[in-house]
Amino acid sequence: MIEGGTMERIYLDHAATTPMHPRVIEKMMEVMNNNFGNPSSIHSFGREARHYIDLARETLARSIGAKENEIIFTSGGTEADNMALFGAAESNQNKGKHIITTQVEHHAVLHACQRLEKMGFEVTYLPVDETGVISLNELSGALREDTILVSIMYGNNEVGTLQPIKEIGEILQSHQALFHTDAVQAYGIEDIDVDNANIDLLSVSAHKINGPKGTGFLYVRDKVKLIPRVYGGEQERKRRAGTENVAAIVGFQEAVIVAAEERLVKREKYQGFKKTFIEHLSAHNIDFSLNGLLENSMPHILNLSFPGTNVEAMLVNLDLAGIAVSSGSACTAGSIEPSHVLVAMFGEQSDQLINSIRFSFGFNTTEDQIIKTAEETARIVSRLKK
Amino acid sequence: MKKREPKDIRVVVGMSGGVDSSVAALLLKQQGYDVIGIFMKNWDDTDDTGFCTATEDYDDVIRVCNQIGIPYYAVNFEKQYWDKVFTYFLEEYKAGRTPNPDVMCNKEIKFKAFLEHAVNLGADYLATGHYAQVEYPDGEYKMLRGKDENKDQTYFLNQLNQEQLSKVMFPIGNLEKSRVREIATEANLATATKKDSTGICFIGERNFKEFLGQYLPAQPGNMETMDGVVKGKHEGLMYHTIGQRHGLGIGGSGEPWFAIGKDLKRNILYVGQGFHNEKLYSDSIIADNVSWVSNHEKPAEFTCTAKFRYRQEDNKVTVQLMDDNKVKVIFDEPIRAVTPGQAVVFYNGDECLGGGTIDEVYKDGQRLTYVG
Repeated sequence: MIEGGTMERIYLDHAATTPMHPRVIEKMMEVMNNNFGNPSSIHSFGREARHYIDLARETLARSIGAKENEIIFTSGGTEADNMALFGAAESNQNKGKHIITTQVEHHAVLHACQRLEKMGFEVTYLPVDETGVISLNELSGALREDTILVSIMYGNNEVGTLQPIKEIGEILQSHQALFHTDAVQAYGIEDIDVDNANIDLLSVSAHKINGPKGTGFLYVRDKVKLIPRVYGGEQERKRRAGTENVAAIVGFQEAVIVAAEERLVKREKYQGFKKTFIEHLSAHNIDFSLNGLLENSMPHILNLSFPGTNVEAMLVNLDLAGIAVSSGSACTAGSIEPSHVLVAMFGEQSDQLINSIRFSFGFNTTEDQIIKTAEETARIVSRLKK
Repeated sequence: MKKREPKDIRVVVGMSGGVDSSVAALLLKQQGYDVIGIFMKNWDDTDDTGFCTATEDYDDVIRVCNQIGIPYYAVNFEKQYWDKVFTYFLEEYKAGRTPNPDVMCNKEIKFKAFLEHAVNLGADYLATGHYAQVEYPDGEYKMLRGKDENKDQTYFLNQLNQEQLSKVMFPIGNLEKSRVREIATEANLATATKKDSTGICFIGERNFKEFLGQYLPAQPGNMETMDGVVKGKHEGLMYHTIGQRHGLGIGGSGEPWFAIGKDLKRNILYVGQGFHNEKLYSDSIIADNVSWVSNHEKPAEFTCTAKFRYRQEDNKVTVQLMDDNKVKVIFDEPIRAVTPGQAVVFYNGDECLGGGTIDEVYKDGQRLTYVG
């Protein structure tokens, strides 16, 4: 039995995952109904499946200015990050053992780095300023002769802050280190070009952009060699074995097409949402502050701090009111791990760690929902502060 | 005023992942309340492999709540628990006493911090899987023993007051434990056959001695009879509770040996022979931190029954009120192994009147300085 209820619910947690776009579902249904072949099979069933994948690969490659052979399908963003980090580290350990990343990466990168440290690599975790941005000078200063990999996320999943990816790419142009960026949260909303930013490795996930869960890709620049993490058949030119999830990959492709069509409209719409949200809170005299900046930030993520409140009570109250948001940090079994992103931005003792909420928007978010959420948030904040 | 329908009454159920709180939530849901399950995390025992009891228990809470069809959340009170319960627990042991952290947890965490959290979520009531009952017969809340005599938990709830009881529900307090299991089984709840937790929540199934040793330095010393005859060594006074036979390791002839007292200054554990060793008996105590369920003024002296430890039989006593929330309790008959730090809880028939902490223990008008 699943809890029922007729309450109209509002989903503002698109940075966690997104609903599939109707066009994505339609495409996937079509594939699931028409073809079940194994893309590696030599018969007509296999060839049909293979053709779907080839077309998808072409779309994905074009979306970031890459070539088809530079796209490796994975099970999602986490696997793409792991493949990039472990693959690059292992393949280049003869050139050095030093890796640079930041304190605000997704755990898929951070925990992989911690594992690499245990395996004998040395990792520098660059700090960020109060807005969540790294310093290019500190990056240059951290680079060493034996640095083999720099992994810096494109845009932050908790606060939305964008890193100076192009400038980082320029700094690394004359260095042996490979440049990996986790673009899971930025892809589909930011204009990404791997050549323009000199990116060697880039991770993407389908379910963050209205595609299906369980699929993603890693862009690997031509000539960059990664030792595989998954062995088996010859799929993905032996770089990632395992029978492809054809329907999901086609759904991914459709999601990318839709995202490209709607990107600019969405950006404008989401920026408007942020403004509306903030205006409504201000109108109610709610004490709040923005974590990050309005500029230099991805438009679909709004992270706010509400002094005097407690994130646990806030999230539950909002959920009971039918509004789904998150704290950005993992909280399982009651363990609120303070967000490492907010710790990096504000320090370990800051109040933001216990009173910050992330609101994130998606294609079906409406102005009306934003207003309702702002009103409800204002109501709850006033009540909790009594 | 129109009586509110259950569906308009929000009840937060404190869910531990055990069968009792699971059934409490199920019954409330069946009665039509707006039920929310909340797991409280007070302690982190994550080991090297990532195993944490709380994670396993929360997993059970999730499964049960999904079966029942109620939302579930978790809340963290590790800091409050450490500050209010665990610190007290260690201080008491350091002072040579035997604390009762469950009483303190109910007082400071479950029915204070957690109750506040529930109210912050718009709850009208907080429900738990305790074996106790609340009644509101004539303008005042009364706390009654759980129907299952063997499971009654009012001993641990003795510090609850009117304000708290007005917001509390004990949905399984009128049931026998066996019936609770039956209900869970009939509803096919994931926790239907889960073993009851034993011992203090933060220690769980672990070795108590090992656990305590991590936080308090154990100071080995001598075991002596009250006449000063050295009978061996003890590993630390805190490992021994008055009246217990366990772990002394004194052999020889005659009746078995028991811990009968402590001298904290000299770090001596007193031992004596025989379960009914006379040194183990006392006839009155002074209790502090006394709290009464009722707001009505108590007579200066009254008779009732009392328990000096969990699951002890009822003892007839006379209570004399003193200043500063203290009482003197005079026993009709001498009682064995009354231990400072433990709770004394008063009853009138099935009604729990309140309780306090055993502070000083007397025999024939003499304070027994050696018990602890």
